[in-house]
Parts: sequence; structure tokens; C-alpha cells
Amino acid sequence: MERILRGKVWRFGDGISTDHITPGRYYHLRGDLKALAEHTLEDADPEFARNARPGDFVVAGKNFGQGSSREHAALVLKERGIQAVIAPSFARIFFRNAVNVGLMPIICDTDGFETGDEIEVDVVEGRVRNLTRNFERTFRPLPPVMRAILESGGLVPHILRYGGLQWQDTP
Amino acid sequence: MGLTLAEKIISQRIGEEVRAEDIVVVPVDLLLAHEGTGPLALDRFGALERTRPATQVLFFSDHAAPAPRRELSNVQKRLHTFADQTGARFYPPGEGICHQIVAERWARPGQIILGADSHTCTAGALAAFATGMGSTDIAVAMALGQTWLRVPPSIRVEVDGSLPPMVTAKDVILHLIGLLGAEGANYQALEFGGFTVAAMSVEERMTLCNMAVEAGAKTGLCAADEQTHRFLESCGRADSYTPLAPDPDAHYERRVHIPAGSLSPQVAFPHFVDNVRPVEEVGDVPVDQVFIGTCTNGRLSDFRIAARILQGRRVHPGVRLLVCPASRQVYLDALREGLLQVFVEAGGLILPPGCGACVGVHQGVLADGERCLSTQNRNFQGRMGNPEAEIYLASPATAAATAVRGRITDPREFLQE
Repeated sequence: MERILRGKVWRFGDGISTDHITPGRYYHLRGDLKALAEHTLEDADPEFARNARPGDFVVAGKNFGQGSSREHAALVLKERGIQAVIAPSFARIFFRNAVNVGLMPIICDTDGFETGDEIEVDVVEGRVRNLTRNFERTFRPLPPVMRAILESGGLVPHILRYGGLQWQDTP
Repeated sequence: MGLTLAEKIISQRIGEEVRAEDIVVVPVDLLLAHEGTGPLALDRFGALERTRPATQVLFFSDHAAPAPRRELSNVQKRLHTFADQTGARFYPPGEGICHQIVAERWARPGQIILGADSHTCTAGALAAFATGMGSTDIAVAMALGQTWLRVPPSIRVEVDGSLPPMVTAKDVILHLIGLLGAEGANYQALEFGGFTVAAMSVEERMTLCNMAVEAGAKTGLCAADEQTHRFLESCGRADSYTPLAPDPDAHYERRVHIPAGSLSPQVAFPHFVDNVRPVEEVGDVPVDQVFIGTCTNGRLSDFRIAARILQGRRVHPGVRLLVCPASRQVYLDALREGLLQVFVEAGGLILPPGCGACVGVHQGVLADGERCLSTQNRNFQGRMGNPEAEIYLASPATAAATAVRGRITDPREFLQE
């Protein structure tokens, strides 16, 4: 995992639910992640579903990922190549799912970010620079154990690597 | 200093005293998943190179029951086959919603229950520490028989006084979510108590705990008491009962007091569960569909109050009324009591036990521009299968009154008649 991430912003509002991210009407596609991912967030912003590119960021308002426990909500964002989701707060199940599947959640004030902005994130120092609008925000970096899980590509590869529920800090 | 219910259950289960904010590894007593989350859990379980689950696992076909498409019949078959091969338990379509079956047949006070479904917290009504997680966490718990979690700080919700006629547990929880907001209890536990909750049946407590997650909570909990004993007895499981209560001097992050006596029926407006208003402030809202059912309000007591209003009346000609029992047991009990006959005679339609209509998988999908008043727990955009539709949330009493009048209606109007 790179320490410095750079990419383009897709901006969303408060309370984006798992029904926005992976609508229930595509329930039958859960076994086909690629097909399901084509509909990612389409009810919140159809442009995102059509045009999001690997390396982009989702930047949202508070309580991102509220609602269902469907891990597919985190998986489709990862499948689309989203580098990180940045929001001032996350619903707890989504946050845990994101780390478990290797999608980075960043808890940070997102006021002032707009779709199309270029940003640069330092995941170790905990800084987001908005290169388009020329301002910087800081955030508390994820604890080392979560970074280690992300580094492994998710919880399953992490467990295979460390041989168990390695939840204390890893080197 | 004493322990909250959440602290007490986890402490008892791991055999040492833990406190809010501690991060602990806990044994898991029961795991559940359904056709929407189970297959991914099995993929992960396979990737962990395991063949047999380390603890009791239940799989349910409830979100698409019976399956409307082959993709879904195929995943149901996969869960069934896995269960047959490993000693896990499979519940086929028609048995009911996972949370209802867990309450009727499995949950007991003091257990730790994880489910790949966010409304797993429903079992907190039986004083089990029950919480929703994703498929990966369920797979890891299947493999190891344990999980890690942060002991949640608790918000104590004291509900006091007697609920007025036609005002129910659903109105209490909607009002509370309106107060706390959709993330007001994020990472915390909601612990329900007070005179009103002590007087509530387990069915009503399930409505409270079910919606804890709509305030962001990790779980909702009620003490195990005489009501719990009575419920377990009615399910033929009296031996599953043990009393369990928080200590009087437990530390709470926050206390919220709800005077039940002055509460009105509550309605959550689209598209957020915390967008709650008392029914007096609803205004004129015509609806196209009314849905009575789900893990929130698909139980016998819910059907009884709805039938009281619908008895001898007709559903408004502009409205479709859908009624869905939460389980086969509820279905049978409602049949025997004649409640389903009341709904059908009024012009309602009975759905097989399941989750499909609420989640927008099948059955009752709304047309563009339509409005539904539902007893379910969520009204997010697109929830019932159409992002161009609107969902309002309310109690079964408000739903029945609305079905008769064709617009959102205060059920207390039917008290005088």
C-alpha cells in the first residue's frame, strides 16, 4: 500500500446508505461482483456509476454506509478501484467491512471538497491536501493493526498471513 | 461501579470483568447469515481453508422467499448443501425471517450472537448481545468460534408511564431515533428500561431492539425478566431462561428519558429513518401501498392491533395492503386467531413469511412516484426496489388506519368508532 495516494474526488452528501451504494433491486447480482459494481451509487449519482475510474476517491458527508450489513457495499467500491472513502463519520458495520475487504476508510472533515477536485492523501501522517482548491485537512491515521489488515488486502489474507485473529498491532 | 447489560454479558461470557471501550476477543454462541450475505461468507470460509464451522451456524432463505430468479435459487441451494454437509442449520423459504426464528428457537439471555444482517440486534430483546457484521467477520467467527469487538459504552433509555391506546413500541423507537439521530448511538449500545419496557412483551421489545441499528447502535438490549421467561415458555424453551439485569450503579454514557404517557403515534418521512414527526404534524399524505410485516412489526401482537382497526372495514380503493407474517409460527397463530381472514376480507394480500418486500428484492416493489407507508425499519431511497418512490415508517396501528383512509391517518381516530 502506497503512503501517498493521489486522485480525483467524487462528492456525496450526508447519510449515504448501503441501499444507495448497492441497491436491493440488484440483489441477484451479489454473486457477480463485476456486474453489481456497475450500479455502484447509481441512485445517488448516476455519473459515478458510469464514469468513476480506478484511483478515484469517494468523499462524503456524515454517517457514510448507514444501513445494512451487506459487505458488498464496501466490495463494489473496491472493485471500482476507489482508493479510499473519506467522510467525517461512518456507520460502524460499513467501517468494519471496509477494513475487512481492504478498502480504506478515512475519518476526516470533508467540507469544501467538490466533485472533480484533485487530492493527495498521506495515510501515515494523516493529511488530505486539496490540490485544486489549495487547502489541507488533517485526520487521525488508522491504527497500525487496521493499516496492517489493509496492507494484507483484507482480513482473510491477513489471517492467512499471521495464522489467526491477529488483532494486536503488527509490525 | 456496576456493569451495564452489555458489559455484564461480555464479562460473563469471557470470565473476566470488562468495561466499555475495552477491546476483547469473545466466544460466539450463534452465527446467522442469509442468501444475501451467506454465500460471500462461505467464499471467505473456504479461503480460510476450513471445512466445518467451529460454532452453531444458521442459514436462512428469507430475503428472496420463494426465490424469484435462478441466481437466488442457486445461492439458496448452495447454503442448503453446505448446511447438510457440515451440521449447520438451513431454514428454507417459508420458515420466516432470520431474526424472528432466532428469537423463537435459539436466542437466550447472556449469549453472544453475530449475524450477517444488520438487524441481528433484534435478539437483544432476550438479553443476548447480538450484533450485525459483514460476511468476512461471520466467516472468521465460523472458522475460529470467536470474534473481536470493542465493548460498547451504553445509552440508557428510560421509558416511563403507560403508553396511550394505539401508541406502541414502534412509536417509542421512532421517537427515540428522531431524538438521537441516525448516528446518535454510533458504536454504542442502547439499553432499554423503565416501567414501560418492563411492562412490554418480548415481541414489543423486539421492535425496540430491532431498530437500535437505525440510531447507529451496535446493539439494543433489554433485561431478562418475567416477560422473557413467559416468552421462552410460550416457545417451549422455558429452560433457556436465566434472569439478567444491569447493575443499578452501572455507568452510562448518556441517559435519555421518554415519558410514554404523552407520546403520539410517530411517522418517519422519506428518505431517512430519523426524519420523524408526530402524526399530528404529518399533514395530508395520500399513499398507494401499506405494508404490515417485517422483523420490526410482523408479529402476532402487531397483527392483533391492525386487525382491530381493519375488522369489518375495507381497505381504501386507492391502496394496496400487503401483510407478511414474520415466521411460520406467526402465520399459524394469526390463521388460528382469524386475523388473516380479517386482512383478506378487508382487501389485503398475504405474503409468505420473508424480507423481500422491505428490501426491494421482490413482492410489493413500488411504481415511480408512489408512496408506501410501511411498518418496516428503513425508508432509504430505493429501499423497496424503486428510487423514484417514497417510504414512510410507522406502527401497525397507524398502517391499518392509513390503509382504511388512503392517507396517513392517526389510529386514535378509530378509538371512538
